Amino acid sequence: MVKNALNKKLVRDFWRMRGQVLAIGLIMASGLGVLVMGLTTVEALDETARAYYERYRFAHVFARLKRAPQTLIERIAAIPGVQAVEVRVVANAVLDVPGFEEPVTAELVSLPSIGHSQLNLVVLRSGRMPRPRATNEALVAEPFAQAHGLRVGDRVRAILNGSWRELRIVGIALSPEYVYAIGPSALMPDDQRFGVLWLSEEVLQAAFDLDGAFNHVSVSLLRDTHPQSVIDALDRLLEPYGGAGAYARADHPSHWFLMNEIEQLRTLSHILPAIFLAVAAFLTNMVLNRLIAMERSEIGLLKAFGYDNREIALHYFKFVIAIGAFGVLLGALAGYWLGWQETRLYAQFFHFPFLLFRPSLAPFAIGAAVGIGTALAGALRAVRRAVALPPAEAMRPPAPPLFSRRMPSRAALTQRIELLTRIILRQVARWPVRSLTTCFGLSMSVAVLVVSMQWLDATEHMIDVYFRQAQAQDLTVSFTEPRTLEAARALGRLPGVLAVEPARFVPAKLRSGARERREALQGLLAEPTLYRVYDARGEALALPENGLLISSALAELLGVRRGETVDVEILEGHRDTVSLRVAGTFETYLGTPAYIELGALARLLKERPTVTSVHLRIDATRERELLRELKNLPGITAITLKSAAIRAFDETLAETLLIFVSFFIFFSCALAVGVTYNAARIALSERGREFATLRVLGFTRTEISYLMLGEIAFLMLLAIPLGCGIGWVLAFASLQGFETELYRVPFVIEPSTFGIAISVAVVATALSALAVRRRIDRLDLIGVLKTRE
Amino acid sequence: MTTQSAETDDRGRRCVLRARGLSKVYRAGEVEVHALRGVDLSLYAGELIVLLGASGSGKSTLLNILGGLDTPSSGKVFFLERDITALDDAELTQYRREHVGFVFQFYNLIPSLTALENVALVTEIASDPMPPEEALQLVGLGERMHHFPAQLSGGEQQRVAIARAIAKRPSLLLCDEPTGALDSPTGVLVLEAIERIHEELGTTTALITHNSAIASMADRVLTMRDGLIHQESRNLKRRRARELSW
Ligand SMILES: Nc1ncnc2c1ncn2[C@@H]1O[C@H](COP(=O)(O)OP(=O)(O)OP(=O)(O)O)[C@@H](O)[C@H]1O
Ligand SMILES: [Mg+2]
Repeated sequence: MVKNALNKKLVRDFWRMRGQVLAIGLIMASGLGVLVMGLTTVEALDETARAYYERYRFAHVFARLKRAPQTLIERIAAIPGVQAVEVRVVANAVLDVPGFEEPVTAELVSLPSIGHSQLNLVVLRSGRMPRPRATNEALVAEPFAQAHGLRVGDRVRAILNGSWRELRIVGIALSPEYVYAIGPSALMPDDQRFGVLWLSEEVLQAAFDLDGAFNHVSVSLLRDTHPQSVIDALDRLLEPYGGAGAYARADHPSHWFLMNEIEQLRTLSHILPAIFLAVAAFLTNMVLNRLIAMERSEIGLLKAFGYDNREIALHYFKFVIAIGAFGVLLGALAGYWLGWQETRLYAQFFHFPFLLFRPSLAPFAIGAAVGIGTALAGALRAVRRAVALPPAEAMRPPAPPLFSRRMPSRAALTQRIELLTRIILRQVARWPVRSLTTCFGLSMSVAVLVVSMQWLDATEHMIDVYFRQAQAQDLTVSFTEPRTLEAARALGRLPGVLAVEPARFVPAKLRSGARERREALQGLLAEPTLYRVYDARGEALALPENGLLISSALAELLGVRRGETVDVEILEGHRDTVSLRVAGTFETYLGTPAYIELGALARLLKERPTVTSVHLRIDATRERELLRELKNLPGITAITLKSAAIRAFDETLAETLLIFVSFFIFFSCALAVGVTYNAARIALSERGREFATLRVLGFTRTEISYLMLGEIAFLMLLAIPLGCGIGWVLAFASLQGFETELYRVPFVIEPSTFGIAISVAVVATALSALAVRRRIDRLDLIGVLKTRE
Repeated sequence: MTTQSAETDDRGRRCVLRARGLSKVYRAGEVEVHALRGVDLSLYAGELIVLLGASGSGKSTLLNILGGLDTPSSGKVFFLERDITALDDAELTQYRREHVGFVFQFYNLIPSLTALENVALVTEIASDPMPPEEALQLVGLGERMHHFPAQLSGGEQQRVAIARAIAKRPSLLLCDEPTGALDSPTGVLVLEAIERIHEELGTTTALITHNSAIASMADRVLTMRDGLIHQESRNLKRRRARELSW
């Protein structure tokens, strides 16, 4: 029966301290929530992607080439390790979408006229497949259709074979090959300006002069086959047919981006919860410590009744476990929900046709173990100390605190506010560890905000440097075939064009020792003025007369330094391999580009300088007119507007980053509220007597509030610079987690970020402090004074 | 109204505090506890009264209402001409701040302030206080004024509490079992302090005690029973605190 009484006490205590239990639970739940969210999301995306690839037979090795006869298929299929082969016509074209002024770049992909695709199957979302030989029927990729509001039955126009052809949309589809649909020379997906269309094989063969031939190969591999051997064999086989170098799934742009994204998410789901949980553990520790310290007389009483240490420890551990379980439950639910939401958001972003959100038990088990462990670890010290006390000792109040008079006090006692302030300062000085803990908790809420908003600053800075400072062109036009310089410069006569600058892309493989990397060489003028080679440290570089100018990220990937040489295999024309000196390196946030002077490139290719794209600066007022003209020019595969590229970049990052940032803001507020509320509540219960006495002596509520809130305000004041500092360090450390092959995030924190972080934390703190202030107003003067300390 | 303010006792002392028909009902769920059942009481300027009575008879409740810490369920309390039962919280705070000094059984010092600062806490907000040092001299603690409560004995702490209560020269000094937690010699020291202040400053003083020995130092002794003043007696000759022991 006694046991029952003890359990009743447990329930009552739990209820009595519900505010504090809620505050601790909230902090724990936030940490666990992100942990579970991260783990389940990564798990779900991984599983979904894998299932998607498998169900729709995403190939393992890919190769583009100029032209090869269909008869080559058998020889490809005969390569050891090859399981299935799919050959297609894949080409770019300019598209005209009704109601959309800017030109659109389309990737046209062939569907077999006879039988079904072997690999890279499309997922028909609505409508039907195009009939073989139907010259004007097309399937459209769903993201593109959605971006333009296209439906089955709508029409678009494409330049095929130099003339406009009207295409009727008969179906809308998805493909594992275009999870991330990125246009030529684009950095981020832009569903409005780049779309994939599937047409009948015969139609595309006719349109691109590839009758009985193909220009794209995909193969799948038998289990346990290493892609490299197949790639080598395929390269040898395709060389006479203008093969541009086979590559494995790992280098497939869509897959590469997808994996990058998941990988980044994986890193984040480890780094962030680690920060969150460390803070949560710290706070749980602080709060439980003080809660149990206040229970010392109860402990003495229980001992006097004859409870042994084990029973008492068990009682408090039950209490702690109950709090922990509450946090875990809340965290698991929140994590599950957030994980589901986040997975859905990502799935939408990637346009997965289905979603496998079947979280295993592992994330929850990990979360529960971490949560309960955190709570127990937090309470261990306090419980041990309490249990160790002899009963008589425990029933006596803890030795009265001895304050020190380091604060000036011989000076004239002037204002009463000064006296109250002195109480605050002595209070802080008397319990430095406790004050530091509170201060640390508050500073973490500032730090978390700084860290999260710094990502926005960094990407904003990245966009600014990359697009605004480095690039002065307004749009870029890419050609189907290389043109002479003169032909390219002729674009300068189009309406509204102010300046033209040529560029030449050559697919290549760069090699240094055992390290190899596919990277197009970009030929530019010696001193480009529009599309400049810009060092992120803030200067435009001139191209060396000979040799390469490569990004330091590429240099690192290849393990070369300035002055050393790399082997460059040109994957075009006569396909020579030459040795080139790295004449210089430069810092860039995006991609891993390699530049070479246009003349030097021409010498390398043994041809007169040719151009594959031009950068244009234009008169903004005549943009429409120019775009209309450009759309009608033959031989153009893509027209890229810089403003649109910036927008696409912004939107893509916003979608993924803002999810995180908003969660962090929530967590930071939970932290500030949790810390403040607990500190204030504990102060109130420990010092209620003191506050009541002051009220009896004639101090007003406002003055009493000043005592308590002043202490929190004072600690907050200390916490602000501390938090900014911790935020700075954490931001720096978390950058590594964000780095991918695509981009390196610069370390930039705008002053406004500090400002916002501080404001949010201060407001959250103030609001929860005010909530406790209401309790001061309701302080039971007589009740408090009647009891002994 | 004029009759009230003009009311004096047989020695011509003015009535400072007058309670009429005070009752206080606590409601704890279903049960109603009548702590006071219509108490009438007058306190005259410069007198020292002692309130006796069994535990639970309503002494503290009465004192708290007189001091503006609590409000009655019905009845009125007049401080001079002013009806303090009609005051709101801010006005009650003002009343306590200006006119009332409290001493409790548990000294209720602010642990983070020295003796001097504890007293200064009150002189800061009073309109005509004495220097805190002087108040501490009065209770015989001039030497210890820079000590923190934790460095003082219980009796010394209580004397600091008394110094704190009288430093603002209150019109009323209300003490609720000030010696309850102290042994006899220490209690006497505390009572001497109260007595000295009462005599030197002429403060009207009400003192609750369980100890009938203490009653002999009062002008008047009121005994409470069941929420009413059951008996009132007058000491023709007051005994000095120094002569008491228990
Ligand atoms: N907050 C309260 N709720 C309910 N009843 C109360 C409350 N405060 C006091 N009482 C009741 O009112 C009555 C008078 O209480 P009071 O504290 O005035 O007694 P007292 O004479 O001071 O006793 P003691 O000598 O033990 O201090 C008691 O019966 C007490 O139980
Ligand atoms: Mg009492």
